[in-house]
Amino acid sequence: MLAFLVRRTVGAVLVCAAVTFIVFLIFIVVPGGGPHGTAERIAGKNATTQNIINIEHQWAFDRPFYVQYWRMMKKMFDGSLVSYTSQQNVVSQIVQGMPATFSLTVGAGVIWLFFGIVVGVISALTAGRLSDRVITVLALIGISMPVFWLGLVARYYLAEGGMTTFFPDGEYVAFSRSPTAWFAHLILPWLVLAVLFIGFYGRVLRGNILDTVNEDFVRTAKAKGLTPRRILVKHVLRTSLIPVVTLFGLDFASVLGGGAILTETVFDLHGVGQYAAQSISNFDLPPIMGVTMYGAFFIVFFSVLVDLFYAYLDPRIRPT
Amino acid sequence: MAERLLEVDDLHVHFATEDGVVRAVDGVSFELERGQVLGIVGESGSGKSVTAMTLMGLTRGVNSHFEGQVVYKGKDLLNISEREFQDYRGAEIGMIFQDPMTSLNPVYRIGEQIVEAIRAHESVDRRMAQRRAVELLRQVGIPNPESRIDDFPHQFSGGMRQRAMIAIALACNPDILIADEPTTALDVTIQAQIIELIAKLKDDFNSAVILITHDLGVVADIANEIVVMYAGRVVERAKTRELFYNPQMPYTWGLLGSIPRLDRPRPERLHSIKGAPPSLINMPQGCKFRPRCPHAFERCTQEPPLENHVEVAGHLDRCWLDNEYKRAYRDATVSGGHTEAA
Amino acid sequence: MAQRARETEFTLDTAAELADEASASEIRGRSPWYLAWRRLRRNYVAFFFLFVFLLVIVACALAPLYASHVAHSGPNANHILETVKVNGHTEQVVSAGGVINGKLVPSLPIAPTWFGGGGRFVLGADGPNGRDEAVRLLYGGRNSLIVGIGSSAICVFFAVVLALLAGYFRGWIDFVITRFFDLFYAFPVVLLGIALGSALAINGFHHFGVSVQPGSLWIPTLVISYVLVPYVGRPLRGQVLSLREKEFVEAAIAQGASPLRIMFSELLPNLASSVLVFFTLIIANNIVLEAALSFLGAGVQPPTSSWGTLISTGRDFIVTRPWLSLAPGIAIVLTVLSLNVFGDGLRDALDPRAKVKVQH
Repeated sequence: MLAFLVRRTVGAVLVCAAVTFIVFLIFIVVPGGGPHGTAERIAGKNATTQNIINIEHQWAFDRPFYVQYWRMMKKMFDGSLVSYTSQQNVVSQIVQGMPATFSLTVGAGVIWLFFGIVVGVISALTAGRLSDRVITVLALIGISMPVFWLGLVARYYLAEGGMTTFFPDGEYVAFSRSPTAWFAHLILPWLVLAVLFIGFYGRVLRGNILDTVNEDFVRTAKAKGLTPRRILVKHVLRTSLIPVVTLFGLDFASVLGGGAILTETVFDLHGVGQYAAQSISNFDLPPIMGVTMYGAFFIVFFSVLVDLFYAYLDPRIRPT
Repeated sequence: MAERLLEVDDLHVHFATEDGVVRAVDGVSFELERGQVLGIVGESGSGKSVTAMTLMGLTRGVNSHFEGQVVYKGKDLLNISEREFQDYRGAEIGMIFQDPMTSLNPVYRIGEQIVEAIRAHESVDRRMAQRRAVELLRQVGIPNPESRIDDFPHQFSGGMRQRAMIAIALACNPDILIADEPTTALDVTIQAQIIELIAKLKDDFNSAVILITHDLGVVADIANEIVVMYAGRVVERAKTRELFYNPQMPYTWGLLGSIPRLDRPRPERLHSIKGAPPSLINMPQGCKFRPRCPHAFERCTQEPPLENHVEVAGHLDRCWLDNEYKRAYRDATVSGGHTEAA
Repeated sequence: MAQRARETEFTLDTAAELADEASASEIRGRSPWYLAWRRLRRNYVAFFFLFVFLLVIVACALAPLYASHVAHSGPNANHILETVKVNGHTEQVVSAGGVINGKLVPSLPIAPTWFGGGGRFVLGADGPNGRDEAVRLLYGGRNSLIVGIGSSAICVFFAVVLALLAGYFRGWIDFVITRFFDLFYAFPVVLLGIALGSALAINGFHHFGVSVQPGSLWIPTLVISYVLVPYVGRPLRGQVLSLREKEFVEAAIAQGASPLRIMFSELLPNLASSVLVFFTLIIANNIVLEAALSFLGAGVQPPTSSWGTLISTGRDFIVTRPWLSLAPGIAIVLTVLSLNVFGDGLRDALDPRAKVKVQH
């Protein structure tokens, strides 16, 4: 077990290293334009010539690419990555945005996992009947709606400043300031983000359950004379939920790592995702680089966790 | 005469599918007494597995339609509720299946799965159930049961998994064990061990066994009586010895003839029965075996009834051919002769 | 009781007779494609939605026709200073705004005319340029569909190639390809798309002898297809790996078939059903992804429009002129839903373990 852990950790570290190199490729190498052009880009729109020359120097754009890479890494990790449009330190901005992103992700995650499972089970148990068809239709519509559009529509129809005023209009309120306000401001974003996933998870679980029900070991369970409820819970669900749980781990990590960029932008939550979005529209490269790496690290970390959990759930995977 | 445990009377099992009605079992009758081993033999699609699963109530569904009777200790199992059937399964009738790897749940330990079977029908505390599980593993011949009880199915070999399945099926001491192709997925050497184990346990537990297989060699050892099925019906039924030495149905001849034998002269080509089993949706008229039977004649367009044609009582078959003809042609067929192309 | 024992020597007649009867009652073997088609044919819902999807494509393809004959406008034509006759009275395409009755009124584009204006500004005009929204919707749809379908085709193509190579050759080729997949799994899809999209939007792509300008539709197309290759490639690779273990592949290798031949005639046909389903569902996914990227500014770049950019520009007017953002969103939902439903029906039809259906 320890060997497995060590192996995965080493692998994760390697992946992270590769990720940093990819970020480097994407932002420094791909756009091209020579050392001056790259420096211009990093400097942002309102840079002076002196700024650009400084940057060229600091980032070593006139030196060979491995020096550039090394410089970039140094800047990332000693916290001196600075956005030139807003003159703010990228790392501190990310840290500032994390509470909002965390609150959004955890809340939505709980909702979508719970309802996804409920919907999937109901749908599978009543397969072919009306409730299943209704759920399938709703689920399909749910996964067909672009999250950001749904958010816009929700804000317009349900939040203050729009047609009705059931909910506060966007913005994030820290839990420490006011728990009720924190909650009220997050409900709409939670639901909007969860809708897509509930639809998807429900369908995945439904498919898994319907497949598992035909498995030989379920037949054996029936032959033992177990009650349908016990068969469902102990045999069918236990097996059908495994892929769902692993999926959840990865999706959760993805959203946490900035994948909720759209929801945050639409609801003005000032989380890490929105920070990334704003930087993009300003073509402000240092923050984008920072957020991209932050996101990647999260996913790698979570996929190690998911692997461990998977080994716990399915004994065949466990290293003997 | 021993106690009659099971009486299957003119059982029909039909399934509605998008292609038509599948008549999987079309009029099957047999009896089972305590202490007896009944072998049900046939090709894939003959209806033997469906018959077995129906005895356990596992074929019930929206699309299934049943006729006839399945009387177990006086109760017609086709008419009881699902709730009642749950009480029968495992406690009165146990079943083991063909592939032990997929028939065991891979995420639970063997011990847990046996305990689950016990506690489904008896209110026994966990520790007691665990002890019984260990004993069961010992009875089915698994060495070191105290430690193996905590293993997962993938840590067992194929033969051991099947033994564990038998342990699960017998956990509540049922009076009938149904074994559906228990050895098909196993090595030949293990096959013999499992079959002997089943016979021994039948004696130990004083129960009865229904052994289903496509391999006549497997039943030859332990079965008292054999039922041969084809296209959903019984085409021959006899005590084992009688069947092997005096088979009446050309299909049975074909089955016997296709077993390579060391004690007979070697045929030029291994005999096989020409053609394929009929579609269970569009059955041929008359005798179901007629399209493949090299001895068919005009009378065969009428379905033969299952009757006794020989001196020995209890030996029934479904064939119009008269006894002299059979005697003349049977040995040639069974010994793999040249009467028809392989 | 005359019984005539039949001659057991076969004559041609008897053989033919028996054969006739035998085929009448034997189990007919049918190809899996035929069975799948039959199942799909009965799925009216799936076909209805396929029809809807095709309708959307046709509508968008006819954008120029609509623009010139119905709306008398173009996707980028400004009408700021014009007026249009709607249901009798004349209105400003873009109202002037200012202070009216003591309140500060913003400058607003015209609301949807719903054909009351003679086919002009059916869905209203977008602000602040006064362009015909309906025209932009169709033209934008064209671009969204081009990027969506194009990126799927490219993505699936490369995913299949990589999956075949990795699954067939295994060894170090597989190792390299799998690492490549794993690497991109580590990035949230949207972030990676944004990263690439914005990086390429600056200057375009000028490496390896290929030169793509920043405004080109190729950029979002390639970015999206690139980002999704691992998501299609990994499951396909898994399939190839398990197919490879099957006996028919071993048999082909034993017969001396070359790797290329095996991949083409043994592996590929078995992958075909998965590929077909993936392709359909990935188009749906990519349309949404393109909209998301364009919404954020990292996809299709102005002045080119797509449904995503339309939602973005309509955002400022969400309260006063909701249709500017609602219309492209509804278009996306309709298109994607149709693809999802059809893709679902396709997957059910191609699944060899289709369940027994109830009669009447």
